[in-house]
Amino acid sequence: MENVYENKMKLEFLSKSSNEAFARITVASFASQLDPSIEEISDIKTSVSEAVTNSIIHGYEDKTGIIKIECTLFSNSIEIQISDNGKGIENIEQAKEPLYTTKPELERSGMGFTIMENFMDELKIESVVGVGTKVTMKKVINNSNISN
Amino acid sequence: MKVTYNEKDKLLLLQITEEIDHHSSEKIRTRADFEIQKYIPKKLIIDFSKVNFMDSAGIGMILGRYKMITMFGGTMDMVNVTPNVKKVLEMAGITKIIPIIEEIGGTKIGKCV
Repeated sequence: MENVYENKMKLEFLSKSSNEAFARITVASFASQLDPSIEEISDIKTSVSEAVTNSIIHGYEDKTGIIKIECTLFSNSIEIQISDNGKGIENIEQAKEPLYTTKPELERSGMGFTIMENFMDELKIESVVGVGTKVTMKKVINNSNISN
Repeated sequence: MKVTYNEKDKLLLLQITEEIDHHSSEKIRTRADFEIQKYIPKKLIIDFSKVNFMDSAGIGMILGRYKMITMFGGTMDMVNVTPNVKKVLEMAGITKIIPIIEEIGGTKIGKCV
């Protein structure tokens, strides 16, 4: 039954920092159909914010590009895919290390992937240098009560 | 941001009144640095009572202010930390460096200064 999805949505927006709040609030609002707890919603919002910020700061740097979000609701989980056509990540393992950042001058903490990894149940990062990055995250919603 | 300065105790209280992310953190940082440099307080307290969202941008912002106040010989505390903010702070180990306090000098925050 797990592969039978209940609902789906797609979102595309420009890589502007003012869209960070828009993206996390929209995904949280969509996820609310699963009746998540306040903490689960908060975990989703934080993780989406991290991935979108990464695309803006690192993927597109000073350029403006398109960020895509695809969300799929299953009976007791949400899968969120956030992708960009930015510069890509050369070394994913290094990027995932806590406190590793290529932008300390922006006071970036290097905790983005650590937060996504800890706040979500699954995290997959696919990246091709010069082509883009796709982050897929999954959160299990305990006591989900989906209303069709 | 709501700024309160107590001259007697050289205490600067900065109440952040918005969500903290990459977009907002630069504005918060600029304002906080301006106030810190204006007063050079002995104690900087950041009040999170109005912050219902913070991502890792907040970690950098808080550590940056901590470095600045330490450079000026002051100390820093955090108050009214909401559950979401606390979870992010703890993940980064910030609560081991900058204490979360419940009240200032025996008075509950929000009523004093």
